[in-house]
Amino acid sequence: MIRYLLGRVAFGALILLTLSMFVFFLFFVAPGDPARMVAGDKATETQLIQIRTNLGLDRPIHEQYLSFLGKAVTGDLGFSYRNQQPVAKLIFNRLPATLSLVVGGVLVWLAVGIPIGIMSARHPGAVRDRLGQGFILIGLSFPTFVLGMMSLYLFYFLPRQSGFMLFPAGGFKPFLPNPAIWAWHLILPWTTLALTTAAVYARLTRGQMLEVMGEDYIRTARAKGLSERKVVWKHGMRATLTPLATQLGADIALLLGGAIVIEQVYGLQGVGALAVQAVANQDRPIIIGVVLLGGLFIVVANIIVDIAYVLLDPRVR
Amino acid sequence: MSTQAAIPVIQRGSLALTLRRLGRDPAIIAALVFIVLVVLFALSAPWISALTGHSAIEQYRDTGLSEMGLPVAPNAEFLFGTDHLGRDVLVRLAYGAQVSLTVGVLAAVVAALIGITVGMVAGYFGGWVDTVLSRAMDLVMSVPFLLCALALVSVFGPSLSLSIGVIVFFSWTTMGRVIRGQMMSLRRQEFVEASRSLGAGPLSIMFIDILPNLSVPIIVYTTMMIPGSIVFEATLSFLGMGIVPPAPSWGGMLADAAGNSLYLVASWLVLIPGLALLFTTLAFNILGDGLRDALDPRGRPVRRKPK
Repeated sequence: MIRYLLGRVAFGALILLTLSMFVFFLFFVAPGDPARMVAGDKATETQLIQIRTNLGLDRPIHEQYLSFLGKAVTGDLGFSYRNQQPVAKLIFNRLPATLSLVVGGVLVWLAVGIPIGIMSARHPGAVRDRLGQGFILIGLSFPTFVLGMMSLYLFYFLPRQSGFMLFPAGGFKPFLPNPAIWAWHLILPWTTLALTTAAVYARLTRGQMLEVMGEDYIRTARAKGLSERKVVWKHGMRATLTPLATQLGADIALLLGGAIVIEQVYGLQGVGALAVQAVANQDRPIIIGVVLLGGLFIVVANIIVDIAYVLLDPRVR
Repeated sequence: MSTQAAIPVIQRGSLALTLRRLGRDPAIIAALVFIVLVVLFALSAPWISALTGHSAIEQYRDTGLSEMGLPVAPNAEFLFGTDHLGRDVLVRLAYGAQVSLTVGVLAAVVAALIGITVGMVAGYFGGWVDTVLSRAMDLVMSVPFLLCALALVSVFGPSLSLSIGVIVFFSWTTMGRVIRGQMMSLRRQEFVEASRSLGAGPLSIMFIDILPNLSVPIIVYTTMMIPGSIVFEATLSFLGMGIVPPAPSWGGMLADAAGNSLYLVASWLVLIPGLALLFTTLAFNILGDGLRDALDPRGRPVRRKPK
């Protein structure tokens, strides 16, 4: 059990290491002079040399990488080329918006996807199942940003034209002092992020449930007089939890990527928006920082899933 | 002797049976018809351009923009209206369909080929080969792909070939895993043993004996990868990291619409490319599901009588 977890942590470290090498060497071989990006077009040759020495750009690549890695471990990700602010701080300032979006999104998609899957599986072939399957197909096919733009049109613009404010156009408001305002601004982004992913969970739950509900122990549970609700939620759900946890881990790992699109549509100043701006500005330290943060998401998600496995499935222990 | 003619017995091949099963579901027929229409639409882009007299990138500032410089709604001259620069949305949609379909199909096929090769090698040889390849697949699957695409684009600049490359690199693993799993069970079958005892080498066994048995998952999963690739390309273009403007692409058209929230006053700018994108991916998903059920009747969920 300990060995299993240690192995998973090692794999997480491997992911982070691979990612950091990938971005670091990518930018090393990339065209363009970083010193010029820092100093701007008017810089003199002496200034450029000075900057190269300061940034350590004149040292061999493996030394640069190791010194970068050593600092990164302590949370020092260098400075933005554009405004010389520490990258870690820039990212940290953007975290509340992204985390609010992502955590709420996960809760909504679980709360929507799992019940739809169960409803669909309990009435195979019936109208409710057909509706559930329709939801699954449309959800899987809907590109997130199209859904986002259409919801903005329907739930922000049309009501506003008729004179009242149903939902705001976007933007992020901090949780404090008024959580209601915070949530009000996030409802559309949450649903947009959640609906497309909820379809995946609905399909997974439906498939698992269909399989499990034919098992003997379900018949036993029914025979001993449990209510159908208890049979489904207590005995049926138990078996679907492990594959759901696997899926959840994979999705949490990729959430930061998904957040980029939503932040773009709703104008949320989160980490994803920071990355898109950094690409436009060629601000490489920020891109490296965000990619590493994405890697960290993955490692954390993996560890959460592994712990969940141990809790859910006694055979792993 | 009976005078009635005997009912003729028709022997149907698996292809005919599959087509019959596909044809039974109206949703699949609709999806197929839609896909054919989109392909025809994409192919006729030059013709549409000639017919309307509008090119995909020219800006019709006199007729395509209102006095206030706003795009004009669908009318007789511009069937689908114009965009913020006074360009014809219909013509751009047709050329954008070319991009979406080309990228979607090409990326899915290339990714499928890589996935099949890696999956077959990993599954057939097992042992350390399998361990290395499976770990590599795990690694690719757990990379934040949109972020890495971002990093790559910031270095090499956006382009069509880079988009395809990124999509392929991050989508071959699904196929790889499926094929690996199938291979693991197929390689233990008797027909493989028979072939081996006749002196066949690994390559011959893999490609001549086993590959035909993998045609069902290959067809189904390649079809299912197409909508994913189309959305991936559109997302990259939407973020300004895919097709380089002014060349039209559906994602790029949506990005233009999103800029300055223009689509709120010109809803056709989001509705037309957005619905085109949605219905295309939906059609491919329905077709993929249908193919899976038709090719592999065993995989169908058992219908039990409702209580």
